[in-house]
Amino acid sequence: MSIELEINGVKRPVNADPDTPLLWVLRDELHLTGTKYGCGIAQCGACTVHLNGQAVRACQTPIGTVGAAKITTIEGLGGAHPVQAAWVKHDVPQCGYCQSGQIMSATALLAATAKPTDEEIDAAMSGNLCRCGTYQRIRSAIKDASGQLSASADATV
Amino acid sequence: MYIKHLAPTGEPTERGSDQGASRRDVLVIGAALVGGSLMVGCSPADIMGAGAPKHDFGAFGPFIKIGADGAVTVMNKHQEMGQGNHAGLGAIVAEEMDADWSTLKVEQSAANAKVYANSLMGVQGTGGSTAIANSWMQLRTAGAAARGMFVQAAAASWNVPASEILVKSGVVSHPSGKTAHFGELLAAAAKVTPSASPTLKDPKNFTLIGTDRVRRKDSAAKSTGQARYTQDVYLPDMLTAVVAHAPRFGAKLKTFDATEARKVKGVVDVFAIPTGVAVVAEGVYAARKGRDALKLDWDVSKAETRSSADLLADYHKIAKGELTPADDKWASFTAKGDASGKFDGADVLHASYDFPYLAHAAMEPMNCVAQVKGAKCKLTYGAQGHSLDQMAAATVVLNLPGAIEIETLFAGGSFGRRSSIDSDFVVEAVQIAKHVGKFRPVKLVWTREDDMTAGRYRPMAHHAVAVKVDKDGYPAAWRHRVVIQSFAKGTMMASMMVKNNIDATTVEGVLGSPYLEATPVVDAQVFTPHSPVTTLWWRSVGATHAAPVMEHTIDQLAARAKIDPVAYRRELYRRAGPAAARHLAVLNLAAEKAGWGTPLADGWVRGVAVHESFGSVVANVCEVKLVDGAPKVRKVTVAVDCGVAIARDQIAAQMEGGTCYGLSAALYGAVTLKNGAPEQTNFDTYRALRFNEAPVVETHILPSANAPSGVGEPGTPVIMASLPNAILAATGKPVSSFPIVQA
Repeated sequence: MSIELEINGVKRPVNADPDTPLLWVLRDELHLTGTKYGCGIAQCGACTVHLNGQAVRACQTPIGTVGAAKITTIEGLGGAHPVQAAWVKHDVPQCGYCQSGQIMSATALLAATAKPTDEEIDAAMSGNLCRCGTYQRIRSAIKDASGQLSASADATV
Repeated sequence: MYIKHLAPTGEPTERGSDQGASRRDVLVIGAALVGGSLMVGCSPADIMGAGAPKHDFGAFGPFIKIGADGAVTVMNKHQEMGQGNHAGLGAIVAEEMDADWSTLKVEQSAANAKVYANSLMGVQGTGGSTAIANSWMQLRTAGAAARGMFVQAAAASWNVPASEILVKSGVVSHPSGKTAHFGELLAAAAKVTPSASPTLKDPKNFTLIGTDRVRRKDSAAKSTGQARYTQDVYLPDMLTAVVAHAPRFGAKLKTFDATEARKVKGVVDVFAIPTGVAVVAEGVYAARKGRDALKLDWDVSKAETRSSADLLADYHKIAKGELTPADDKWASFTAKGDASGKFDGADVLHASYDFPYLAHAAMEPMNCVAQVKGAKCKLTYGAQGHSLDQMAAATVVLNLPGAIEIETLFAGGSFGRRSSIDSDFVVEAVQIAKHVGKFRPVKLVWTREDDMTAGRYRPMAHHAVAVKVDKDGYPAAWRHRVVIQSFAKGTMMASMMVKNNIDATTVEGVLGSPYLEATPVVDAQVFTPHSPVTTLWWRSVGATHAAPVMEHTIDQLAARAKIDPVAYRRELYRRAGPAAARHLAVLNLAAEKAGWGTPLADGWVRGVAVHESFGSVVANVCEVKLVDGAPKVRKVTVAVDCGVAIARDQIAAQMEGGTCYGLSAALYGAVTLKNGAPEQTNFDTYRALRFNEAPVVETHILPSANAPSGVGEPGTPVIMASLPNAILAATGKPVSSFPIVQA
């Protein structure tokens, strides 16, 4: 059965059952590997992508429910996105495995709220686990990307 | 992780040398075992490297490649699993070479123990926070030798004395005005015979090491989805495998029915392997559906059937001498003075501690891509214990370990898990690929549930401590009992890790504690009961329980004596003598930077702890408030002595991350058993620290001229100790059971 999905601005036919999670179509069929598997039950956020600009968990999004919604993955951000630049500037990643999901949550937040408060950042980012513990650098990078970083907010040496 | 502290014979651990306590205690753990016995006369690297193909590493040796554009590539023999070793390893080479840091790259080396052994292990592997420490002299020498080749080449080409040549950022120059970059001199330099003992820089002349320019090399790849992990490997004709594992530890497969599984679209094959039933399919989703359709019958006659509460009750009985399982006997690891007196009365503090099993729960569940044809085997994955995995794979395909080819990818975390003593997930992948054959790539994918229920946990542990105090309230006699599983006994690592029936990882951190050094009478013993539940090193290993036990006991003693915890430690470090000089230094730095003793508003309290592990000493002060009975940690001030600080920002990153990892475990971490089966299977039940719960970690690095020691692990255990101390300060009640927040 063929379903057409619009991913990163390109319409792509996929051969998978409608109940197949978007995550496994992105990875196993389309080899868009930036979107990661971490838990499969929407607890870790490693598979976060945008559906019409909203951050969603691809592991809990059957492709049959996507319809004409525009899907954006980490590959679709282009690499020069201000949030990605802030991630590099602050050396946010450690193992890096969760960071695609973190960045997709952060970009969705900033697209909706240009200068989020700490509480708004907490609310947007608490669904994304990082076992390496890069959280404080993520906060610094989000504030930097949104033009809110003061020198004192960066607690690193 | 492979590291081992030594000789628990009753003497205190040697310490106070230029590199700190455990430096001299660090022993090589070469798993140089063939057929179960140590091969005398062969080095572990010779054994693990046997069968390795001949490599032509080029003129600059196995660690340095130089492109025609002059850009330097450093070959990393270690796993990069988050700890940021590219920054430090690259900087060591760049410093001695005077290479251009901005264009320097770091790539993964091949697996070859003869060339790429960890010099603190004897075989190739990453662990024990040794990547920088064991590479320090090796890469300095390689870099200096390469620099010398360019200097000689330029001197000959320009007909000037070598002593007049300057090198800076990959550009060789002479005061006469002649200049050339490494690329332009490459052909001539490659013909120069490198010095076997090149002159190294005086560290005071370092221009890169210790500066803020030393940053990660992989942030861009890891911020764009381009970094390649095992999960991301897609090869032509590749199959995906999942495995139905035993539902409880020690269970064995009796029979299975794959009729329905084989009907699932995309399922290619279903077959039994030693660890369960493998379902091989065209993708993860099909493989999982196939596994769900299996009918399985397990023999549980030899399985663990106890629950965690039963195990803990047994541990308490063992500690009290009321139960002595036949599978072990008590072993003394520190004994001095006459400890025969009774530990009771008003001058004795009793403290009891229970620690649960902990899953590593790295973000990327275990996985491995294997290809097998006959004895030929290639593995593509986030390899951490290269040599151990080669040995284990070689045993399956009947080949020499060095002949097992490994392509090392990034690992999505590990915290010790990817370096499994029995190479569990690697062997499973090889078994499946062997069945599939034809060198067809098979990607073994563990689901989160597979990963979390597969064991190799931080062992459960119980400590029972009794301390008799002197008239001033300081320890006069210390009795200590540890009950914990050993993950080394009975394995191929036993000959290296277990001495006098003591697995060093079960007692490290108690053994060698400056507080025992400061105590005249000590009787410390360990007992290691057996269970089919598998256990393993987990970020900072023995320190995960030793640090909270020792540090929280100290705060309870200080509270009894009505002495400030920082002042109390200073007195104990004074009593311990030079052995505790570094402890005192980081304590003072952390206390000063945290404003220890200054008032805090609104119910906030501070807790302090100090612990040495992997050659580094870390102190931290945390600020904690109890909100509806649950601790909220807002700030942690860390002071670390890790020798020469090469990559300052990455040292800070490891203190930040290590603190979060330890905090997560202290607050929430537990795998509990119900009738022998793990109750936690995913992040909905295995709670992990989230964004809104993370403190700000402020790192201060103690200036040091000593050789570098580890930072990947030493930050983790200290928060597990300072947090209970803050809770004690807030409530007056000690913490005796972890995790602190019970589910």
